[in-house]
Amino acid sequence: MRNEAINEKSPWQNITEGNQIYEPATSRRFCTGEWRTSTPVYKKDKCRQCLLCVPVCPDSSIPVREGRRQEFDYDHCKGCGICEKVCPFGAIEMKEGK
Amino acid sequence: MAIRERLSGNEAVAYAIRQINPDVMPAFPITPSTEIPQYVANDMANGKIDTEFIHVESEHSAMSAAIGAAAAGARVVTATSSCGMALMWEELYVAASDRLPVVLALVNRALSGPININADHSDSMGARDSGWIQIYAESNQEVYDNFLQAYPIAEHEAVRLPVMICQDGFITSHGVENILLLEDEKVREFVGEYCPAHYLLNADEPMAVGPYAVSAYYMETKRAQREAMIRAKRVILETAERFARLTGRKYGFFEEYRLEDADYAIVIIGSAAGTCKAAVDEIRSATGKKVGLLKIRVFRPFPEEELAMALRDKKAVAVLDRSEMFAAAGGPLGAEVRAALYSVKSRTEFVNYFYGLGGRDITVEDFKEVYRKLEELSKTHEVRDMYAYIGLRE
Repeated sequence: MRNEAINEKSPWQNITEGNQIYEPATSRRFCTGEWRTSTPVYKKDKCRQCLLCVPVCPDSSIPVREGRRQEFDYDHCKGCGICEKVCPFGAIEMKEGK
Repeated sequence: MAIRERLSGNEAVAYAIRQINPDVMPAFPITPSTEIPQYVANDMANGKIDTEFIHVESEHSAMSAAIGAAAAGARVVTATSSCGMALMWEELYVAASDRLPVVLALVNRALSGPININADHSDSMGARDSGWIQIYAESNQEVYDNFLQAYPIAEHEAVRLPVMICQDGFITSHGVENILLLEDEKVREFVGEYCPAHYLLNADEPMAVGPYAVSAYYMETKRAQREAMIRAKRVILETAERFARLTGRKYGFFEEYRLEDADYAIVIIGSAAGTCKAAVDEIRSATGKKVGLLKIRVFRPFPEEELAMALRDKKAVAVLDRSEMFAAAGGPLGAEVRAALYSVKSRTEFVNYFYGLGGRDITVEDFKEVYRKLEELSKTHEVRDMYAYIGLRE
């Protein structure tokens, strides 16, 4: 059984052996952004595209396209605030809540 | 034709491992199981098998490596005893819940403390809730035979659970006995090739093993795990049947020794069953009294119904536990057999003994005394001590 057929309503008979997942990259479907209690806000005007924030993000929630960072992936950002700390230009500000 | 040999229990297990030639063996030495990886390492060094030996820094790592190798798709074996298995604790549960058919040669030894190296069942009995299939042996022959049946049970698509092949430390592990061995090619045919349906090294199917399960999934996962243990009962019997066709040696969930017509029954696990059989024979020939023995081979899954049916109409039953569980009541085997008897509304008299802790001897005379007390109990219907000891100074 493919894993997309398994959800929180599935009976035990449909659970895979040992909860094994037979496809890659399924963590995309798990919205860890729901855990967030504070949220980074991207100030595009202050950003110099140094990209220091990208590799320090523990949840790969700062997408990069053609060498430029994009808006946060709020489906997966847990709001840890490391990006704010590392940004030299004040281009990321943490606000309370989601 | 079977090969006639004389081997210790550890030699017999190592012999079986050589014949099976598993892919990976992570192991850490601990008395009295040390010889098993030692003998297997010799076979590797002498080019008899191509098993990959992983030198680990602890049993925690041994079982972790076993899990990793099994998830990768390898056939895995490890061996340990006592505190070594205690250090595997966390991983025992992971191996079972990840549904990895690891086989563990367990040489039963008392858990610390006080530190002690001799036989009792406190190590494996403590792991009875870990989700492993547990198969026990009375003799070296049984250890060998059980070990050959371990992989066909563990790897069966209806089961996919780890298996613990248990034997009593020193008593069988170091005691040398006559033994009948199978030819290598017969073993290889019986055990077969391991072809898992899903495994991490399969590049065509990326997969995740052992993911986090939130409360919305945990209970369903555990229920599914239980189902595998239920299905294991059928597979254990089918495997035993196939083994009997090959060797003529018959195995089930338990052995009934002169039990069918018996009024008084002892239930026991492991090597002391041999001593009990001697007591049964002597009592029967000297007095004609109907005494019998039920020797548990498979403790997990627990053969509740079959065991209850075999014991329900006895006049009195004594269950002998070789481990404490500090319930301030009985031992683990006693508790489960007693519950099984309740499920069939048996009115048999029942007592639970502790014996053999930390390697304390039990003799034919001790067993005769238990049978004598069972007879007395069946007449008085008065249990003086539900949880008595055998061989305790008091």
